[in-house]
Amino acid sequence: MKAINQVVRIDARGLHYRELNARLREVVSNGARKVVLQNIYGQRYIGTGLDKAVEIEIFGTPGNDLGAFMDGPRITVHGNAQDGCGNTMNSGELIIHGHAGDIIGLSARGGKLFIRDDVGYRAGIHMKEYQDRKPVVVIGGMAQDFLGEYMAGGILILLGLNLGEGEYHKAKFIGTGMHGGVIYLRGNVKDYQLGKEVSIAPLEERDYQILQKLVGEFAAHFGYEAAEILKHDFIKLFPRWLRPYGRLYAY
Amino acid sequence: MKTYLPTKFIVERDPERCIQCQVCVNQCTFDAHYYDSQDNMVRSREENCVSCHRCVVFCPTGALTIRRNLLDYRENYNWRPEVIEDIIKQAETGGVLLTGMGDDKGQRIYWDHLLLNASQVTNPSIDPLREPMELTTYLGRKPDKVELDRGSLNLKTELAPQVKLEVPVMFSAMSYGAVSINVHESLARAATEVGTLWNTGEGGLHPRLYQYGHNTIVQVASGRFGVHPEYLDVARVIEIKIGQGAKPGIGGHLPGEKVSAEVSMTRMIPQGTDALSPAPQHDIYSIEDLAQLVYALKEATNYTKPVSVKIAAVHNSAAIASGMVRAGADIIVLDGLRGATGAAPKIIRDNVGIPIEMALASVDSRLRQEGIRYQASIVVSGGIRNSGDVAKAIALGADAVYIGTAALVALGCTVCQQCHTGRCAWGICTTDLALTRRVNPDLGARRLANLLRGWGLELKDILGGMGINALESLRGNRLHLRGVGLTDTELEILGVRMAGS
Amino acid sequence: MKGLDQRQNPYRDGKVIDACSIFGVMDTSGKRFKGEGVITAIANMHERGNGLGGGFAIYGLYPEYADLYALHIMYQSGEGQRDTEAFLRERFDLAHAEEIPIRPTPAIVDAPPVWRYFLELDKRKLNGQSENDYVVDRVMEINTGLEGAFVFSSGKNMGVFKGLGYPEEIATYFCLEQYEGYLWTAHGRFPTNTPGWWGGAHPFSILDGTVVHNGEISSYGINRRYLEQFGYHCTMQTDTEVVAYAVDLLMRKHNLPVEIAAKVLAPPFWAEIERLPAEEQRLLLTLRQVYGSLLLNGPFSVIIAHHGEMIGLTDRIRLRPLTVGIKGDMLYLSSEESAIRLVCPDVDRTWIPMGGEPIVGRLGTPLQPQQKQGILIKI
Repeated sequence: MKAINQVVRIDARGLHYRELNARLREVVSNGARKVVLQNIYGQRYIGTGLDKAVEIEIFGTPGNDLGAFMDGPRITVHGNAQDGCGNTMNSGELIIHGHAGDIIGLSARGGKLFIRDDVGYRAGIHMKEYQDRKPVVVIGGMAQDFLGEYMAGGILILLGLNLGEGEYHKAKFIGTGMHGGVIYLRGNVKDYQLGKEVSIAPLEERDYQILQKLVGEFAAHFGYEAAEILKHDFIKLFPRWLRPYGRLYAY
Repeated sequence: MKTYLPTKFIVERDPERCIQCQVCVNQCTFDAHYYDSQDNMVRSREENCVSCHRCVVFCPTGALTIRRNLLDYRENYNWRPEVIEDIIKQAETGGVLLTGMGDDKGQRIYWDHLLLNASQVTNPSIDPLREPMELTTYLGRKPDKVELDRGSLNLKTELAPQVKLEVPVMFSAMSYGAVSINVHESLARAATEVGTLWNTGEGGLHPRLYQYGHNTIVQVASGRFGVHPEYLDVARVIEIKIGQGAKPGIGGHLPGEKVSAEVSMTRMIPQGTDALSPAPQHDIYSIEDLAQLVYALKEATNYTKPVSVKIAAVHNSAAIASGMVRAGADIIVLDGLRGATGAAPKIIRDNVGIPIEMALASVDSRLRQEGIRYQASIVVSGGIRNSGDVAKAIALGADAVYIGTAALVALGCTVCQQCHTGRCAWGICTTDLALTRRVNPDLGARRLANLLRGWGLELKDILGGMGINALESLRGNRLHLRGVGLTDTELEILGVRMAGS
Repeated sequence: MKGLDQRQNPYRDGKVIDACSIFGVMDTSGKRFKGEGVITAIANMHERGNGLGGGFAIYGLYPEYADLYALHIMYQSGEGQRDTEAFLRERFDLAHAEEIPIRPTPAIVDAPPVWRYFLELDKRKLNGQSENDYVVDRVMEINTGLEGAFVFSSGKNMGVFKGLGYPEEIATYFCLEQYEGYLWTAHGRFPTNTPGWWGGAHPFSILDGTVVHNGEISSYGINRRYLEQFGYHCTMQTDTEVVAYAVDLLMRKHNLPVEIAAKVLAPPFWAEIERLPAEEQRLLLTLRQVYGSLLLNGPFSVIIAHHGEMIGLTDRIRLRPLTVGIKGDMLYLSSEESAIRLVCPDVDRTWIPMGGEPIVGRLGTPLQPQQKQGILIKI
């Protein structure tokens, strides 16, 4: 472990996640404001329990639950991530230069996730917002099924940058159970791909402002031209009811 | 002779509430209310009351309630009041005691002793409101394997005709004559809307309902009523009725009074004559005869419709079922001890046959042992009361269930067991034209569709809770059941373990 | 061994419940390679197991005995070994027998001896059975009838090594670094209702078919009853076993190609089938109507292997993970991507397949990432 000013490097080869995360917590509480983790191969819970606005750079493939319950750090992954990124996170940022697995942003309450490529199933499942705390997930590629499954708040943006001309998104059951928040899709979907709680609406001025800002951040992270991305049509998906299951129950 | 029978029910009319509107007088078909014009008061003839609650429900001020006449006999475990009263009835009439609906005695209800599983930790429950949950069921004969054309992915196998159900619950056979045309229409429309089937029963199919043929099962019963080429042609499934749970082994009798003009036309018998269904089908005296009739019907319909065979659940149901499958039945129907009827001798209804749960378990196991389980679908009936019973039936091995009593209860029936009188105050079990209007098919169809919709949603919740998202995975999966309060032998026959083990 | 079910399922639960890690790698050009990468990869997923089982399957293992049935058998007693060897001599022609070499490993205690036998079939002893069916039945006889003996694998030119311990410990114990094969699968076990025993670890095998499996199948009860109708005896009472038998039934007995078998085990939803073009719709509808009782419900990811093919498959709503990696002729399948990256840092590409989408590596067929043809995926 070398300390260079405030940047600390940790070689994680052979380290169990408990040891790695303990060291991480130690250097952060000792004042490190940037930590570089090298040779990461599957260690879990990196960034969990950290509540300072520290910058963490990861070289390798982090294991499950990256940034779970995180509250503040900004984690950049130079590679792909696995399942559970940003699980129940409170605040902070996850920037992934690659693809991610299932249930990213599960129950997130705040903070931002930027994924450059594709994601797996159930991305953004049950994200919630409360007053000014609004989680944000921006995905550059495609998502698999159950995107935004029962969202209760927040903003989910799916850019589909790897879709061909005129090609439709592939996800099914998009927004199933959604009762809060909003999903912006760049490109097109067929009706049968949407959950029954979801409707399509045209974008308004406010939506464009949001997209401008968030797509701008996404583009800056991954070296894209925001204007190019925003040229294409977006659709907005929103929940039809606050109480989607009100009529289901009797007596 | 003067009857020695005590009055069964007391009608209590709250004088503060009663406004003498006479709705109860008009609604009651048993003559239990009358208007005394001299005293300007509505009064009761309680000895006629059968406690069908028609007056209670329709009284605009809620002034009525019906209570049992708590006439105490000296306690006697053996000579119960009902036993005593049955003897009195027979002494006074010298006849067979008739009744309606299903066995009401205390034989063990196995549904109430079976409990369902749920997933915890080791596999996840699935969320039926948000993730797909499939109840679709296909009834019909299935082959042992699928064959493809050599070296390609082209399908070579041709399946025998399959019938798709959106929910594994169908409406059971209730004949036109036993129930009214409006009930038939309600069943037909609800089945069509929900995507399931209804059964005409043995009284034929009224031409007005041919338009629902795609969702109709027509019965070919021992009386062969209304069995003509068009009847077979419009149907989706043809069901040979050997017997029913309420009266295994005996025939049927629709009294001439119930054979109205419309009933006569539908059954194709003269108006006012008795409609007699023989005890056996007179061309089926042995299993090979059944095979003969099955194939006669398949030939008559050019092998385009599945042929179903319905039996009452009796002691050697397993062996019989095996024979039925080998005789070419595409669907076999087992009707258990608690199956209902419009009219049956009470002594047969309550003492003949076996509980459907036991029949189902033994038939399903036996067919699997013989390697022929998938050559026919199994449908069960006889006292299925709610979606819990349905789920348990599926877990024991049923492909689908039939509901009869539950469907009529949805239309207003209170199981007062007077169907055989033809005076149903709810307009259900009657052919009296004035009474039949009491069931409005628009509302009736909606009530029945509601019932199936509610059960469908509950079934999805049950499936999701056990981590299953397709009904095929619960079907015959007895590991998802446990028994409570059952003997070892009962558990063994059911193929289910004790809760906790 | 006698009392197999008691050993395998000591609490007499409805079935044995496992959760785990899986890994597989195949050189589709058929080149044999050493297993160091596989062992490193499965060890990297240590967290997913609990040390109560680890195992490997290796194909192309015994080129010098390529046409003989290679049986790996473990013994709990000397008597068991004597009886089994007598049985083998009587029912087969025994070409060669030896104890599988091991190295003492601290974590592996009370290890039963494991032997390997190379067997030929005497046509006269077949009694009308096919060779494969004959071997399957003899293996079943040993596993249920002979005291203290259990067959790990019975295919040609392949073998299963497994036991009670973490997979990397099992690898060390059996000196797996010395072997070469063109297809390796590996498994780390996390059983929840058994203390684990050597025979209960994965892979489960029947002839040259092996399965490693992660997840719990909620349709087990009916999958098992359906297979029993076809004469399979589910003695191990595990999900893995029904998967292996289901594949054996569909592919070996019913001659269905692997892409179709995958559509039986993880079929598309009825609503999806309805959106397909007519011919495909008829096929998938028929498959589901006929084989509905083989639908594997609940979470699973499996790697199924037999000579010439390695297949990865997840359940239809993807409740368990699986990542695919390709590098030249090498196909990787893993519960977690990090394990692939660890052993193949310059992997060409990695991706995550959809639920129910089979990934098939086939000898002699070049690997092309993700080409979709209708709803049937070909690699």
